[in-house]
Amino acid sequence: MKKIFLLVSAFVVTNAFSQVEKGSVLIKNGTVLTITKGNLENTDVLVRDGKIAQIGKGLAAPSGIKVVDATGLFVMPGIIDAHSHIALDAINEATSPVTAEVWEGDVINPFDMDIYRALAGGCTASHAMHGSANAIGGQCQTLKHRYGTYEADALVMEGAPRTIKFALGENPTRVHGGNNIVPRTRMGVEFVIRQAFSEAKEYMEKWDQYNKSKLVKGFRGTPPAYNLRMETLADILRGNIIIHCHSYRADEIYMLLKVCKDFGIKRLVFQHVNEGFKVAPELAAAGAMASVFADWWAYKFEVYYSTAYNAAILVKNGVVTSINSDSNDLIRHLYHEAAKTQKYGALTDDEALALITINPAKQLGIENRVGSIEVGKDADIAIFNAHPLSVYAVPQYTLVDGVVRFDRKNDAADMRIMPDPKENLEMATLHEYNGHNHDACLQNTEFLFTAKIFGAFNQE
Amino acid sequence: MRKSTYIFLFCVCAVAAVAQMPKGTYGTFALTNATIETVTKGTITNGTVVIANGKITAVGTNVQWPAGAQVIDCKGLRIYPGMIDGGTNLGISEIRSEPRTNDFNEVGDVIPQIKALTAVNPNSALIPVTRVSGVTTVIATPEGGLFPGTAALINLYGYTPDQMFAGFDAVVMNFPSSSRRGFFDRRTDDDIKKDTEKNLKQLNEVWEKALQYHKLDSATGGKLEYYPELQALLPVVRGQQALMIEANAEKDIIAAMKWIKERKLKKVILTGVAEGWRVAKEIADAKVPVVTGPVIALPTREYDRYDQAYANAGVLKKAGVKLALRTNQTENVRNLPYMAGFAVAYGMDKSEALRAITIEAAEIFGVAHQLGSIEVGKSATLFVCDGDPFETKTNVRHVFINGWQVPMVSRQTQLYDEFLKREPGATRD
Repeated sequence: MKKIFLLVSAFVVTNAFSQVEKGSVLIKNGTVLTITKGNLENTDVLVRDGKIAQIGKGLAAPSGIKVVDATGLFVMPGIIDAHSHIALDAINEATSPVTAEVWEGDVINPFDMDIYRALAGGCTASHAMHGSANAIGGQCQTLKHRYGTYEADALVMEGAPRTIKFALGENPTRVHGGNNIVPRTRMGVEFVIRQAFSEAKEYMEKWDQYNKSKLVKGFRGTPPAYNLRMETLADILRGNIIIHCHSYRADEIYMLLKVCKDFGIKRLVFQHVNEGFKVAPELAAAGAMASVFADWWAYKFEVYYSTAYNAAILVKNGVVTSINSDSNDLIRHLYHEAAKTQKYGALTDDEALALITINPAKQLGIENRVGSIEVGKDADIAIFNAHPLSVYAVPQYTLVDGVVRFDRKNDAADMRIMPDPKENLEMATLHEYNGHNHDACLQNTEFLFTAKIFGAFNQE
Repeated sequence: MRKSTYIFLFCVCAVAAVAQMPKGTYGTFALTNATIETVTKGTITNGTVVIANGKITAVGTNVQWPAGAQVIDCKGLRIYPGMIDGGTNLGISEIRSEPRTNDFNEVGDVIPQIKALTAVNPNSALIPVTRVSGVTTVIATPEGGLFPGTAALINLYGYTPDQMFAGFDAVVMNFPSSSRRGFFDRRTDDDIKKDTEKNLKQLNEVWEKALQYHKLDSATGGKLEYYPELQALLPVVRGQQALMIEANAEKDIIAAMKWIKERKLKKVILTGVAEGWRVAKEIADAKVPVVTGPVIALPTREYDRYDQAYANAGVLKKAGVKLALRTNQTENVRNLPYMAGFAVAYGMDKSEALRAITIEAAEIFGVAHQLGSIEVGKSATLFVCDGDPFETKTNVRHVFINGWQVPMVSRQTQLYDEFLKREPGATRD
């Protein structure tokens, strides 16, 4: 019986992801930036069925295979964004300081034009995150940018570890404290998280006890009440979910390090973490990772004492660091954001490129699949006309699983999959404030305090 | 100088940097052995720029400098005129989400008498962060209703607004917009249309009043009662002061140009112009100068090509539009050279991009006799860098503003110095 069950579940699992398209292609004669194994001049990369099959000089093209001539071009692993909100229909379940039960995987929008625009910036995977309204927010979903599909599930990166959003500081205290619900302060945030973990620990112990007792012959007890929120939190305690925590100030970062230590939680990535540089030694000692902006600062008080040298200080102190977007604009030029660490802190080319490839892969637990150009890895590849850390670099092709999903020369100007027949074609939307309002993380909380957040931007 | 003296000086500087922002230095300087990008008169290799009394007093390969001049060897380095950002909130906003720190949005729809220069905070922490990247001069722009105030061109060094004022101010007008303001703008298409029409009606009423006020004022020899907003519009109506008109959507740009033409306005600058690429020829034909940006931005319509915003400046320039760039930023105005770089990556001629953030900006703002190129007699407002100034990793080594050598220190560099190797580290001794 057990065998049949395994067989059936294996079938179900494969079937659920069977719609993922895989490509085969030979990328000829490029400068290959492997990230993990140096740079290779005039080198070919052979892709078969979505995987990198061979790297070398003068590889023969198997018959019928598509060939991309990369002469004079730079071939790098697809860029990975560890903090994004694109391709999502909802960002915040801002109804409670703890909402571990909700999951962004339920609200994926495969038609979002931002996915294509990200591909046009060489970005092949993103971490679709819940917002920062709650101290413990919802679960996130790592996506691959398989733009062109009608299937929401086809964007899910199969096998990527589970992750969850936490948030410290101004956002959770503003959203809930403003409505007389704990937390209103950074003290309250710590309490909310400790309380949630403590309750989850009790819940987990009750279930462990029940599962153990149930094996005893003649046991007649009833199971504890099932609670999805507690299940999720217990999975964090068990090490099955990686925490990605929105944070800015050094004190709150330090607080969560201590809380996680007390509960034996080891998989912890800080997001934004603008003052991470102030506690870089502590982050390094705890093995916690950091995903930062290159230069965003001063858009709110808790980032007033920031520095664009943050990434460089973290890297030089031994913290696994990435640069993320948190923006549908920035996600299109993360290669440029990474290059800023060469101005602010003189990182090497390899160090700077790792910030947007192998390091975010490590933070999402997918470093065995993506983040470098190595035989056996997924063929998620970005091809540029100049070194990607140059301001003049323009992505030419972007491949996901060996399928060319962006082709600068041959793609149509209008790449919408599902045009709205009622769309007013003359309507322009100005995005100029998106670059510096930085409140993407608070989308779907407008009902709580519309005037307070957006008042300053609604002056027209 | 002996080694120990160097070490001593280094220690003094290090202590000063941690304790407080060091002061600027005024004097006579010779920047020698440099590649000089004059912008207006070609590139000079192995040349010298002499700075005295706040001005550029000599430029060339065979140049003498006064005895006592401080010589800065610029071997392997390049000299450029300071970069000019044609539209920011710098100086009048410190932290955008903290309303008490915002001084760009006064109450009222028609308030051209409200002056950005008044509220420029010379001690904003954002200013040193910006100028050490070579952006020396910016427009500080008020935001809000139809006429939200008067913008000012400021240099990013000085201790009073008047010391910073760079000789140009302009009344700002937001041409009635038919666009959505961003993802948070939930108005229906019909509501947007009604708002646009209402605003246009209001604009025309205000302008009509301003014209009448001009006639009455002329007839009475300036003896009218205090009427602040119309008085502030007088120099604009009379063509003595520039009007900066913000318009972004295609039909708003067209409507704005028609509005300008009907009123025969000469001193006008179009700003924003996000969809300028759709009507580049018409803008060029109308001979209206443009300040466009941000370059690094999203397309304005879902069906537009993904790189349309990057390419906009280049398309405008190719059509022959007189052009400056802006970041439309506050805390990251330092990214202006990268905006120029992206414009180049997506089709703009490199020398045109440089001109757009130097001499052409200066010409549009009527300050080309002072700023925008490395020429004798101009203000010594320039920077020295170690590579292509648009290239991301290039470092700026020296900045001069009106002859003042600016300290290459900002809060961000101070935090770097303090925290790169924090003491104590993780273990407490």
